[in-house]
Amino acid sequence: MTGRKAYVRSMTGWWWRNPFFVRYMLRELTAPFVAVYAVILLVGLARLAQGEAAYNAWLATLRHPASILFHWLLFIAITYHAITLWKVMPKTMARLRLAGRALPEFTVTLCGWLATLTASVAFYVLVLRS
Amino acid sequence: MTTKRSNAPIFWVLFGAGGALAALVGPILVLVTGIIAPVGIWMPQSVLAYERVLGFAQHWAGKAFLLAVVSLFLWHAAHRIFHSLHDVEIHAGAGTKLLCYGSALFGTAIAAAALIDIGF
Repeated sequence: MTGRKAYVRSMTGWWWRNPFFVRYMLRELTAPFVAVYAVILLVGLARLAQGEAAYNAWLATLRHPASILFHWLLFIAITYHAITLWKVMPKTMARLRLAGRALPEFTVTLCGWLATLTASVAFYVLVLRS
Repeated sequence: MTTKRSNAPIFWVLFGAGGALAALVGPILVLVTGIIAPVGIWMPQSVLAYERVLGFAQHWAGKAFLLAVVSLFLWHAAHRIFHSLHDVEIHAGAGTKLLCYGSALFGTAIAAAALIDIGF
């Protein structure tokens, strides 16, 4: 190898140039939010194992206005994850056939969105009633 | 002769399962545990009371749900972050892979330990 330094085109901010890639990056960006929420629950579990005082301290943190505000941000990010996951789903699997006809991709997406909606209502009712 | 198999499908299954679970119950979980119950709108604050949550975490079904949510959410995020590093000009290697999947494994172990500690 010679000491020459070849020109390497910078790729910084490549995705800003095309709205398709901006949406792609936003979708990928939901992952850290999913991770942060998992860690919040994990801390809650650890606090629960430590006893009532530790758990109540964690609960008090959850009630802080900053925490509520942050959870709105988590909610938006994870809802975006849910919307986009079902949009990608039909592209990751074999084309479904129904009575000899290929099922439109959007049908799979719509079923996914309905599944999320059903699971959400069921979860809410279950938490309230139990 | 042995065939060297890729470990990629294992990580992909964990990613897929976590992604689907997060899509199904992620938004409502965040809404209930982070907004609705702590504020006490549309649901009494008591749904997150110590005795109640302890009872849930002591039940086998509650344990399974909590472990699945915490662990699979972590595996999903770890896989997605690992594969997005290239897009933000971080060239992924064995170290970054260990860091991503290692944190998910670590989180899973902590969650399992806490759930065992909580008892039945």
